Formats: sequence, C-alpha cells, structure tokens
Amino acid sequence: MALKGNLRDFSTTQLLNLIHLARKTGSLTIQVPAGVTTLYFREGKLVYASTGSRDGHLASVLARAGKLTEEQAKIIRTRSGTTADKELGMLLISAGHVTQQDIVLSVRGDVLDTVYGLFTWSDGIFHFEPNQLPSDDAITVPIDLENIILEGSRRVKEWERLQDELPNLNVALKFTDRPQAQLRNINLSVDEWRVISYINPRNSIKQIAQRIGMDDFQIRKIIYGLLQAGLVEMVEPEGAPPRRPPSTAMQEIVSGPPAVKRSVIRKLIDRIKRL
Amino acid sequence: MQTVKMVVTGPFNAGKTEFIRSVSEIEVVATERRITDHTSRIKKETTVAMDFGRITVDSDLVLYLFGTPGQKRFDFMWEILSEGMLGFVVLVDSVRPETFREARRILDVFHNYAHTPYVVAANKQDVQDAWSPEDLRIALKVRPDIKMLPCVATDKESVKNVLLELLYRIMETAPE
Ligand SMILES: Nc1nc2c(ncn2[C@@H]2O[C@H](COP(=O)(O)OP(=O)(O)OP(=O)(O)O)[C@@H](O)[C@H]2O)c(=O)[nH]1
Ligand SMILES: [Mg+2]
Repeated sequence: MALKGNLRDFSTTQLLNLIHLARKTGSLTIQVPAGVTTLYFREGKLVYASTGSRDGHLASVLARAGKLTEEQAKIIRTRSGTTADKELGMLLISAGHVTQQDIVLSVRGDVLDTVYGLFTWSDGIFHFEPNQLPSDDAITVPIDLENIILEGSRRVKEWERLQDELPNLNVALKFTDRPQAQLRNINLSVDEWRVISYINPRNSIKQIAQRIGMDDFQIRKIIYGLLQAGLVEMVEPEGAPPRRPPSTAMQEIVSGPPAVKRSVIRKLIDRIKRL
Repeated sequence: MQTVKMVVTGPFNAGKTEFIRSVSEIEVVATERRITDHTSRIKKETTVAMDFGRITVDSDLVLYLFGTPGQKRFDFMWEILSEGMLGFVVLVDSVRPETFREARRILDVFHNYAHTPYVVAANKQDVQDAWSPEDLRIALKVRPDIKMLPCVATDKESVKNVLLELLYRIMETAPE
C-alpha cells in the first residue's frame, strides 16, 4: 500500500500527523528543489534523518553543534574512513573528545534542523516506504512528533491552508482523550498556552479569539497546530442553537432520511446479496 | 409501488459512474459529455448531470442509485439528488491526493449537517499507488463512527459490500 503524493496536496505537517497517529514504521522520502531528504520513523516516532544537502558524518554533526572544532572534525573524517557512526561515537567518547550526551543532543539537533528545513517547502514529491529503517550502525534518537508538528504549524504562512483546515470559527474545541496526548511533554508558546486555557466545549474559537484579542489568522494558526498535533478536536459548541445549513441544498439532508420500514431495508439487503 | 434511492457522491473522477454501473440493471448514463476544459488531461468524459442506476427488488420495490456530477460547478445538483434519499456513499479516489481537499470539503459538510446515514469508500484499491483506507481515514479526518471501506468500483462484489454496509447503517435508524 503506497503513500505517495505532492506536498501541494498533502503538507509535511499533515504527513507527520498521519505517521504519528498511525504509529508508522518506515521511511519518508521528500524531494524538494534543495535536494532529497529521508526521514525514518519507528512506531510513529522520528528516529533518524538524512539529507543530500548536508554532510551527515558524525564528525560534521558534532562540529555543527559546536562539540568539535572544524579542524578536529576534518581530521576525524579523513581518519575514520568507513567506520560506522555508532562505532565512531564510542571511539570519540572513550578518547574523551565528547560525552554520550553531546552525541545524543547533537544528532537530535541535526535531525530537527533537517525536518524544520522541510517546512519551508510547499511543493515537492513524497513517498513513504513501510518498514524501511536506517542501517543498524546509524545513531538513532527517538523524537516525539507532537512538538515537531506544532513547530511546523507555527511556520505555516499560507492563509489558504489554514482556511482549508479550519473553515469555521464557530466550532468549539475539546481536549482529545488519546493517552499519548500529554500536554506536559509539549513545548507550548505563551500564546498557545493562552488559547489552551480557554479550551472548553462552551467556547467557540471565535469567542476565544475575542477574549484574548487575537485576529483570525493568529488564532487559526495556533489551533491548526493543536489540531495537527492531535491535542484537541473540534466539537459543536455546547448550548449553541442548531446550526443552519449553508444552503437550501442541504435542507433535505438535515431533515433526515425518509422513514422507510426495516422490512423494506431487509428486502434491499437480500436483493443486493443476490446480485 | 415503492421506490427508494441512495446517492453516490465524491470528487471528480473518483469512480462514481463505474460504481453504479457495476450493479445497475440498466445502462447508467445518458449524461456523459466530452470534457473541453483543462481537466480533459485527466479523462475524456465526465458526468454532467447525474448517473442513474436501478436495481429491481420485486414488483413492489425498486432501488435507484444516483451519482452526483463530478465537477464543482454542478454542486447545485445536490439539492435535486439528495431529496428523499435513504443514505449515501462518499467515494474517494485513493490514488490522487490532489482530490483529498475536495473529498474533505464534501465530508466536512456531512460531518456537520448530515443526519442521513453514509459510508466512505476508498476507491481504486486495486491500483498499486492507492492510499490504504486506514491512512485515508486519518488524512481525510473521517470520524471513528463512520465506516471507511476499501472499494474497487469495477468489481461487483466490492460494490455490493459497500452498499450492504450502507444498508446496515440505514437499518440502525429505520423504524420497525
Ligand atoms: N483501477 C480502477 N479504476 C477505476 C476504479 N473505479 C473507477 N476507475 C476508473 O477511473 C476513471 C473514473 O471513473 P468514473 O466512474 O468515470 O468516475 P466519476 O466519479 O464518475 O467521474 P466524474 O463523473 O467525471 O466525476 C475511469 O477511467 C474508471 O475506469 C477502480 O476501482 N479501479
Ligand atoms: Mg461520472
């Protein structure tokens, strides 16, 4: 079963959300004008990233994070030859150049930089390969996707995308009851916290925006992020009068189906089974 | 004689005509037109008014299947087609993510307003690049209480399965 398309139709944030919710394992390859990037996931967590546009050698990663000097990195790169990252990491730790913590944080930072770099692209083909993981000797650091999705949503610039995702500000929000959605593991901005504190099935999004003095774009963007990260979901506001359909075209649907007896439905079922 | 009807809707090129054709006892369309605008790169003919299929149950009962026209400018047809329907199928083209936004638009309308039973069918599952129904459920934000079914509109058994699932949903709300 494939998962292919273009970011124009299904954005990086949406892809990460899908991988997160479906707890997928495999690789996501995205081809943008800057080059090809491959992200690897294990059970819905990002574990590794590689990109054509930067050198992924452990020495280079550590140098970019300021844990090694450029000079040191250069020497290590030439001397280490084909030594795999895991082994090289061990050597660097035992030689006292870096700590394990340095390595984990540097790799993590590099992976995040790579993913965040993707958020600037709204055009590019993608493709998910189930069960494909980086080689065993790569250093993998599992990272929760919620924070990344939130960060990606903060960087959304297109009004249309927000409008698409959240056409109606008269709906209310409630927290999801998925166990993974734990707020305490998530880095929220002050504005996001302000919105969060008003989330309640009684408050429509519009009312929350008015209460805290945000314009439509600001509130849409924040709620888009919370929705994408699976922290909240939309509900009809409590105590609101039943919503009017947008046009008469929907009147009939609202009034519900005609009362056709069960015996009739049963006949239809029997007939279709015999087709 | 009693006639009942069900509607098949979904984005352009999702397979609505094919779906109805697979189970109808009459020729489905008199309303295909050659496409002259930019969409003609995707297909040569589209449904401009509606598809119309029939399944006769017995001398007292006939089921009609209506397919909505694919292109947006025919949205007004909804009014005519949806009147008095028992339920409907939202067909999704699992192979073309460029239609997901439109599929979501259709689904959003129903999530918010519909009191009529419906199911979502992830069509073209026989194509290698098809997104799985599970992925489509997330991508299209289909609620957990709505059935999301795999479908191959050209395969009669598959279409029967979708219609049966819809009828089971209708049965839940039908009076004794
Ligand atoms: N492989 C495959 N092709 C399908 C399937 N269903 C439909 N098709 C093909 O997809 C194309 C579109 O099918 P239609 O039935 O014309 O779609 P439609 O929804 O009626 O299209 P419009 O009326 O133009 O909106 C045709 O070439 C069909 O043969 C399917 O399940 N599998
Ligand atoms: Mg058609």
